Amino acid sequence: MEHIELFFKSIFIDNMVFATFLGMCSYLAVSKKVSTAVGLGAAVIFVLAITVPLNWLLDQYLLQPGALSWLGAEYADYDLSFLSFIMFIATIATMVQLVEIVVEKFSPSLYNSLGIFLPLIAVNCAILGGSLFMQSREIPTLGLALNYGVGSGIGWFLAILAIAAIREKIRYSNVPPALRGLGITFIITGLMAIGFMSFGGMLTGGDDEAPKADEATQVEASKEDLNKEKVLANNIKVNE
Amino acid sequence: MDLKKRLHILKRKYKYKKMAPAFNALHTFLYLPDETTHNGTHIKAADDLKRTMNIVIMAMVPCLLFGMFNAGYQHYIALGEIEAVSGGFFSSEFWTLDNFLVGLVKILPLVIVSYGVGLAIEFLFAVIKKHEVEEGYLVTGMLVPLIVPVDIPLWMLAVAVAFGVVIGKEVFGGTGMNILNPALTIRAFLFFAYPTWMSGDKVWVHGAVERDQAIAAGQNLDAISGETILGSLAQGKEAGYEVMDMFLGFIPGSVGETSTLLIILGGLFLVFTKIGSWRIMLSSVVGAIIMGLIFNQVAASGWITDSSKFYGLMSAPFWEHLIIGGFAFGTVFMATDPVTASQTNKGKWIYGFLVGFISIMIRVFNPAYPEGVMLAILLMNVFAPTIDHYVVQGNVKKRMKRLKVKTA
Repeated sequence: MEHIELFFKSIFIDNMVFATFLGMCSYLAVSKKVSTAVGLGAAVIFVLAITVPLNWLLDQYLLQPGALSWLGAEYADYDLSFLSFIMFIATIATMVQLVEIVVEKFSPSLYNSLGIFLPLIAVNCAILGGSLFMQSREIPTLGLALNYGVGSGIGWFLAILAIAAIREKIRYSNVPPALRGLGITFIITGLMAIGFMSFGGMLTGGDDEAPKADEATQVEASKEDLNKEKVLANNIKVNE
Repeated sequence: MDLKKRLHILKRKYKYKKMAPAFNALHTFLYLPDETTHNGTHIKAADDLKRTMNIVIMAMVPCLLFGMFNAGYQHYIALGEIEAVSGGFFSSEFWTLDNFLVGLVKILPLVIVSYGVGLAIEFLFAVIKKHEVEEGYLVTGMLVPLIVPVDIPLWMLAVAVAFGVVIGKEVFGGTGMNILNPALTIRAFLFFAYPTWMSGDKVWVHGAVERDQAIAAGQNLDAISGETILGSLAQGKEAGYEVMDMFLGFIPGSVGETSTLLIILGGLFLVFTKIGSWRIMLSSVVGAIIMGLIFNQVAASGWITDSSKFYGLMSAPFWEHLIIGGFAFGTVFMATDPVTASQTNKGKWIYGFLVGFISIMIRVFNPAYPEGVMLAILLMNVFAPTIDHYVVQGNVKKRMKRLKVKTA
């Protein structure tokens, strides 16, 4: 159930393009034809499915606060999370290169169909975004991380597929000259995002009693903080 | 000299001038053009764009008239001045002049603003782009007043119509080239920009919001217990209306969408005149029924308990989904829009099915948007070109195979 929910969520609710507007550069540039869009979308699914679980391992055993405790007790309170960006990018870049070499060697047909897109998306922000979201949303297991990577990739794939088909359709439309090309693509993306808003807020607010309790305790905690501050302020005044 | 002659003369006088499209539009709206072509072969057909649009408008007129009566009826029921009549479609207490007048006063301005703003923008664009004014807005302008709450402020409607016509349609080059249904774009704009006026249990009855404010200010009035049907189902209560009332339309709701009976009549008219696609209507109903059955099954088999927020709507009988909310109206008049729906026959089946399927899914799973039909249709508008693309590719492949077999 948890897997299904995360999968659905990463495809539709937190769609890479329409909810977070990530990966826009290649989304806008390579969506003129459906066939190339499919190629790029497949490459994004592929790379996300590899890099997100890998970065999950990295995060879990290297970067998180306390992640280094497997080295020994004295490393238990190290916090290397400030290295996340550079580590994630390095992993993505090397992995894409490695995968490219391996695919070229063992499956030339797949290599040809992915073509230039594979190295191109090493610098796609959707890929890095996938890893960073995985980190900030604290995805608990490796399986879920893989699930999240594949789901986000499919969401991105659907987005670029739909806009490519729309752009093929409006090729015959009488778009005002000033808007032709990127301008109309931006407008279409905005309108598509309205369509995708149908999923916003879905599945949330169902059975979760726990977050409410959390909120209540948080409010209490903040009240206590406030009281402490007041006491402190009073003390300072008294001291003065 | 009669008007027709005068218009002919004006038209010739203003030919090649800047305002020519505006005059031509007025002229062709009222009369047939007086020019004839002289050479070439022509096919003579009666159903031009204007005729098509007029037929759709005719299909919607019963809904509009019913909406006017219903607006007054709901208003007086809420005031407690008349008793609710149950069941009888021809009851004389419903079809009274008082009811009609309240509706007329509230709804006619909506129609006027919708057409006024929309057509003004169409004329403006036609003059700037130097093409003829297109008739596409005639249907949109009629749809818009039917899918908004009675009490929507007119300026909001005007802003939304301007947005919908410019961003939803004119930037793509006008009628027949848009991606999303303009009427639904307008409604979605209203829905996300002014949610307090577009959702909740107060907005659907004329005067309810003001009375609520008056009560809050301390006046002694009877409060209106206007819980919407979807709202009470979501809370696990009974619908609060009899099935026949929901089917005939004696319920609060957007102006023209309450009466499923009249919408079905309009839909049959569209199918009979071959303007609306029966494939989309049928498959969308099938999609909704299948999703409803799945949810009923889930609720019946005890996968979720009544403590779940989704239980109320999930356990509602599947056929009830078809007659409450905007499902019927959306399926008949919105999903069948020939521009934004799938163009291929096979695509229409898929498109319609997903519209029905997703709208019930949103309705049940998304507490933020009790009315899923609008967003489901917009979403499927986005994916319609993709569906078409793959249907066409499939056909190409099939024919290539056939060709190979033949030549081999």
